Amino acid sequence: MNLVALAFVTYLAAADSAAKPVVVASKPFGESYLLAELFAQLLEARGFRVDRRPGLGATEIAFGAVRSGDVDVYPEYTGTGLLAILHETPPGDRGAVYRRVAAEFRRRWDARWLPPLGFENTYAIAVRRATSDSLQLRTLSDLGRRGGHLRGGFTPDFIGRPDGLPGLTGAYGLQLAEVRALLPAVKYRALADGKVDVIDGYSTDGLLARYDLVVLTDDRAFFPPYEAAPLVSGSLARRAPAAIAALSELAGRLDVATMRGLNERLEVRGEPAERVAREALRALSLTQDTAAHEARTSVRAGSLTAYLWERRATIAAQTARHVLLVVIALGCAVLVAVPLGVVLERLPRAAEAVIRGVALVQTLPGIALLAFMIPFLGIGVVPALVALFLYSLFPIVRNTYSGVRDADPGAASAALALGMTPAQVLLQVRLPLAAPVIFAGIRTAGVLAVGTATLAGFIGAGGLGDSIVAGLALDDTRMVLSGAIPAAILALLTDGVLSLAERMATPRGVGPEVTARVHAL
Amino acid sequence: MSNTGAELAAEAVHKRYGEVVALNGVSLRVAPGVRVALVGESGSGKSTLLRTFNALTTVDSGRVRVDGVDVREADSVALRRRIGYVPQDGGLLPHWNVRRNAGLVPRLRGMSDAAERADASLIMVGLEPSRFGSRFPRELSGGQRQRVAIARALAADPDAVLLDEPFGALDAITRGELREAFADLSRRIRLTTVLVTHDLSEAFALADRIVVLRAGSIEQDAPPAMLLAQPATPYVATLLSRAGIRT
Repeated sequence: MNLVALAFVTYLAAADSAAKPVVVASKPFGESYLLAELFAQLLEARGFRVDRRPGLGATEIAFGAVRSGDVDVYPEYTGTGLLAILHETPPGDRGAVYRRVAAEFRRRWDARWLPPLGFENTYAIAVRRATSDSLQLRTLSDLGRRGGHLRGGFTPDFIGRPDGLPGLTGAYGLQLAEVRALLPAVKYRALADGKVDVIDGYSTDGLLARYDLVVLTDDRAFFPPYEAAPLVSGSLARRAPAAIAALSELAGRLDVATMRGLNERLEVRGEPAERVAREALRALSLTQDTAAHEARTSVRAGSLTAYLWERRATIAAQTARHVLLVVIALGCAVLVAVPLGVVLERLPRAAEAVIRGVALVQTLPGIALLAFMIPFLGIGVVPALVALFLYSLFPIVRNTYSGVRDADPGAASAALALGMTPAQVLLQVRLPLAAPVIFAGIRTAGVLAVGTATLAGFIGAGGLGDSIVAGLALDDTRMVLSGAIPAAILALLTDGVLSLAERMATPRGVGPEVTARVHAL
Repeated sequence: MSNTGAELAAEAVHKRYGEVVALNGVSLRVAPGVRVALVGESGSGKSTLLRTFNALTTVDSGRVRVDGVDVREADSVALRRRIGYVPQDGGLLPHWNVRRNAGLVPRLRGMSDAAERADASLIMVGLEPSRFGSRFPRELSGGQRQRVAIARALAADPDAVLLDEPFGALDAITRGELREAFADLSRRIRLTTVLVTHDLSEAFALADRIVVLRAGSIEQDAPPAMLLAQPATPYVATLLSRAGIRT
């Protein structure tokens, strides 16, 4: 009997750990993707099931997801934890910084900093070699003195963070002629093409070498230590101590040279993160050489069509997920927004306020909305659906409201005068006449939703945004296109299908096609 | 169609819209089968008065009765289904064809012969159902649309019919044709009728009694001949001469 009970408990425990894979996430830049893939493969090699959520949109989103337990582990940097999350100034050397974040994160959020991986990746303020030569720029002090006419292109993160541009301005008296917010991969291109003159990179970036850039020395030691380490949720620490042990095997194993080499393979040579990580783990003797050898040298060669064809399974899966996100969110938005628009038509005083409120949601940047929702909804499909739903409301509510309100007032008042009840007027006169306008609103919302759904890539909800986010992070144009092209086709298809629905919803006698048949008495 | 209709009565009716006085103590009785024209300039209150009889306008004070029943105590939906109504723009439902428009009130009243009534009513206003029945309003001329609106108002054998500038939006020739057709129609079916118009000659052609309104009050209430012979006020006299009816 006891044996049966024991077997049952064991079965339950196994079922539980089988039901709960370890969720491994990353932020949207190459090194973060690569480290996350290293974590994931190492965990898999130690017998864990892994759920990969790469490319979470920002520090707030990734860390928010660890706090809420939606993500179990992602690679983070101690300096970022200290400055961007704790909002503290560096207490001393890198050991002190690590001890500080480790203690505070555990106390406040039950989150664990595992031992550092062995390299630092600090901000690297970079300029073109020609700029460096002509202006004699070697250090950040040089830039502060002689860079006043230069244009900066920085990640939005960097522009806002106290350990970013504002702090840099204070420490070096840096005043640039112009500052633009640029995505990580875009900024390297912008610098190489001469669109901007100064960017923020990471000291281990493979792209620094690819574009032959000069990194200015932080001669006043402004940037704090940024040691890379796995940041782990308390929930994983409790339910799978073995996973913690597995991740800790990487402690101190990756030095700067190794990391720069791996980043270069990923970002410069365009090798897939999966392969780079697999070979790195083998080189570190952390895994055995068991995986099948595919000696494909699929670097950045070959035609786009061939690339797209090669990725067809991924593209199909992402497209299906994308469509599902849009259909569910849009469907819910229709179910809420159409009745809401109808009700508002009866309450003209409340209507303007409500519609303006719904419009306000529209103006929130997607990333901000997603970051805001993480404490309540976590990451993944649910917050993506909620965000898409919220973004879809406005065009439908507004069109329903004005469509019903403005639907042939003469006909509606005559129908009332001849004895239709208000409900009959609404259902038989106003709504049918408003249908084309309502469907036009749904069509607008649908096309917008197809575009907005790419944001889902930032919170691990899948869809075509995954390819776009990853492609941007890895500076891989073809990967971006493998998401963007299907998304564009999807938007056109959505527009076509919904315009057909719009035409079908237009009652005969109202549509434009009957105007020719006017008969004289 | 032998119905002579309901008796309509307004008793000391007041109505104001904010600061604007639309009706300032108006009393009027329309006996069954009598055709009354409400005449006046824009803002005289004639349309407001008309719309009190089918409860589209509720009065501030005073009383409006249909067959002795206070409209405030009546079920306004049931009341409206008994009273035909023709607005200036016709008010046809653009997404319904002519036959369906004409059959609206019979169907609302649950009449089993709604389709037959719609067709009969269309024939009455001079539109051949087989030719016009399946057309949509925008496939008709303005005059044809008003004919359908009249057919719709009469299809359910109403107790009264209210017409608010029914020919006002038509060109002069069509207006004349329709006026004649309606005069002919109203001779055949004696029905309590209230016609709002700013056109005195139309009132003379169609009404048994003419009520002249000015700034929410009745200036004169008399049969056409009497109005012509003895204008009660200089305003009525001016109206008559301006219309070219009296010099």
